[in-house]
Amino acid sequence: MIAESGHYALVLALALALIQSIVPIVGARWRDAALMNVARSTALAQLLFVAASFAALVTLHVTSDFSVANVFENSHSLKPLLYKITGVWGNHEGSMLLWVSILALFGGLVAAFGNNLPLSLRAHVLAVQAWVASAFYLFILITSNPFLRIANPPIEGRDLNPVLQDIGLAVHPPMLYLGYVGFSISFSFAVAALLEGRIDAAWARWVRPWTLMAWIFLTLGIAMGSYWAYYELGWGGWWFWDPVENASLMPWLAGTALLHSALVMEKRNALKVWTVLLSILTFSLSLLGTFLVRSGVLTSVHAFATDPTRGVFILLILFVFIGGSLSLYAWRAPALKQGGLFAPISREGALVLNNLLLTTACATVFIGTLYPLALEVLTGEKISVGAPFFNFTFAPLFVPLLLAVPFGPLLAWKRGDLLGAAQRLMVAGIVALVAIAVVFAWTYGGATLAPLAIGLAAFVIMGALCDLAERIALFRIPLSLSLRRARGLPRATWGTVFAHAGLGVALIGIVCETTWNSEYIGSMKPDDVAKVAGYELRLDGLNPRQGPNFREMVAQFTVTRDGEKVSVMTPSKRNFTTRGASTTEAALLTRGASQLYISLGDTSADGAIAVRIYHKPLVLMIWWGPVLMAFGGMLSLSDRRLRVGAPKPAKAAARALQAAE
Amino acid sequence: MMRSRTLAAAALAATLMLGAMPARAVLPDEIMADPAKEARARELSKELRCMVCQNQSIDDSEAPLARDLRLLVRERISAGDSDRQVIDFLVARYGEFVLLKPRLNEHTLVLWLTPPLALLLGGLALWRLGRRRANPAAGGGDSTPGLTSDEEARLERLLAAESAPDKPL
Repeated sequence: MIAESGHYALVLALALALIQSIVPIVGARWRDAALMNVARSTALAQLLFVAASFAALVTLHVTSDFSVANVFENSHSLKPLLYKITGVWGNHEGSMLLWVSILALFGGLVAAFGNNLPLSLRAHVLAVQAWVASAFYLFILITSNPFLRIANPPIEGRDLNPVLQDIGLAVHPPMLYLGYVGFSISFSFAVAALLEGRIDAAWARWVRPWTLMAWIFLTLGIAMGSYWAYYELGWGGWWFWDPVENASLMPWLAGTALLHSALVMEKRNALKVWTVLLSILTFSLSLLGTFLVRSGVLTSVHAFATDPTRGVFILLILFVFIGGSLSLYAWRAPALKQGGLFAPISREGALVLNNLLLTTACATVFIGTLYPLALEVLTGEKISVGAPFFNFTFAPLFVPLLLAVPFGPLLAWKRGDLLGAAQRLMVAGIVALVAIAVVFAWTYGGATLAPLAIGLAAFVIMGALCDLAERIALFRIPLSLSLRRARGLPRATWGTVFAHAGLGVALIGIVCETTWNSEYIGSMKPDDVAKVAGYELRLDGLNPRQGPNFREMVAQFTVTRDGEKVSVMTPSKRNFTTRGASTTEAALLTRGASQLYISLGDTSADGAIAVRIYHKPLVLMIWWGPVLMAFGGMLSLSDRRLRVGAPKPAKAAARALQAAE
Repeated sequence: MMRSRTLAAAALAATLMLGAMPARAVLPDEIMADPAKEARARELSKELRCMVCQNQSIDDSEAPLARDLRLLVRERISAGDSDRQVIDFLVARYGEFVLLKPRLNEHTLVLWLTPPLALLLGGLALWRLGRRRANPAAGGGDSTPGLTSDEEARLERLLAAESAPDKPL
């Protein structure tokens, strides 16, 4: 009954989406407010029905209803409750349902909080949103229905892939999807602008908060996924340039570019045509990512060829939306007038450089991810494009980008003073040089590039602080005045400082982890001692333990440094009975920003166990960086100038202002 | 056709094995006695693909094939091969597919040229656009047509709501 209700709710959502696709557009043509307002009600109702459908699937998983194929294949009655819930999106059908749920959520948010949008713009935005939604509802209903029943219900389920039985699954996919799908709003706004043939600075002001919100979630989602891979997969890597990761990195790079170009458009009414194109491209890359991950094309081109229904369907969606929106762009964009002249050396110029480098980086990831697939399909030849290729091509793009980051906020709009900006960055430059010298002296004879990279990171962080110091006139006026100025600064400015500093923080983590990582690989018996980076790790013993749906072998290590006990670490190896699969649960010990990392291998006949121990200096900074960036994004989002883009407080503020006049 | 089917089968087998076999990447018994040679082996391993895995280097992979390749790399290094000779040996045996950073040849030209060309063409386009717009004869005003007076007033109000100054300096 629940499964059928969930299925039916999804069908109703499709029906609502179809209405929302057509009626508001007709309304906009006829200038009929009632018809345009249909979009609002249908978007909210759609959210309600999709939420009901999603709740139905969650209920089925929680109650372990194995008569539903999706539950049978991905759940087990003994699985802890948390993983029963997260298991809902730990599979293809469920994750697509999460995808459309979030799409409906964003549509609902625009409907609920878009009161200050011009009526026809809101109608167009919601209609475009409904086109995307309809396509994906159809996709789910036709090829990936999560509510299918099994004729003869089995007693027990097959359990969820053990690697996915982790708190990471609770956070990572929803965050990532909030980001991915959030960009659909920018897309809808762009297509709506093209349909209406009108676009202005106010448009950018409305789009920016949505883009920012999606970007924050995507940033956190990617960082979270990276940390999850780091501790769960057991070899201490945190970024693999895997096509699945690249699929999320591409919209992030394009979305970051979009954030910056929308800024130019909002402030200076320039880069309009480009911003619209970026909005379209960013969501197109999200769709491409969905295709890459969901069609099975990555596993192998042949897996795709043997069961092409899903892949071909998404490919079709891809062609229709990307092709359609780009054709519309080619047709209508020339009509959009360019505005806002600026000199090459200016805030706008810096943001254009940012866009050039970010989109090139995005193109690099794009070609690197898709080239092997294309080459195999076209010529049958197989090549590999992996981490070495991306590291090699990415660095030359990111070094100039990072060098330019501190200059951007210090340049004035329209016409900037590069020399003046450089003078104000003097302190940052000096700190960077000192950092290079210190690191170089400290690691004398070691890596040569690493100290330079650390210097670059120091420059980026100090550059962000210099910008702040400059704005509050630190040390030039009394400190109390500076503090008052700091309080008065727009939150968006604080956001920029945090986000830019976050880049530098992440870079330090990346450089330290890749350059000064120490490791121990060996076979250990109880009472053996391993020495890594000044720590001594003694294997106390191996103990078996029974978990809810697994058995595990726990190794206990006592960690000492200079004879003093630091802590106890307990890595383990789990065996999941149902799937016959096992996972390695690495043990992590955090010391400041650095971590000790132990993961276990196989036991040999003589009772020794293969052990890998890493010391990863400052590794946590890799994820603090993105967290800082996201925090900066949130500060910026809470800026009252952006909240003007949100409805009620803005109206109240405007009214208060009018009353004051 | 035959080759592609065996590859697909191998990939499938590898996926199954990956689920069942949690052995770690480099195993203790593989490590070479000479730390310098071992370091070279590790660096080389990062450039080589485990052919039955999804985008994993043999340094990361836990598949049996990756172990065989790691041992092979170490064998070649012990035999006195240079890094280049080791790579050539593996390419001769397993084809270009084994390289995670493909070599530049006519098949990978597009791959290698895309990043620099994207940067170059993008820069060129910007430069030309800048020149055209700097030249007043080419037109390109600062005005935005299409706002009704209502909307103008509304925009004014929205902009007025922005009280805090946001100018550098």
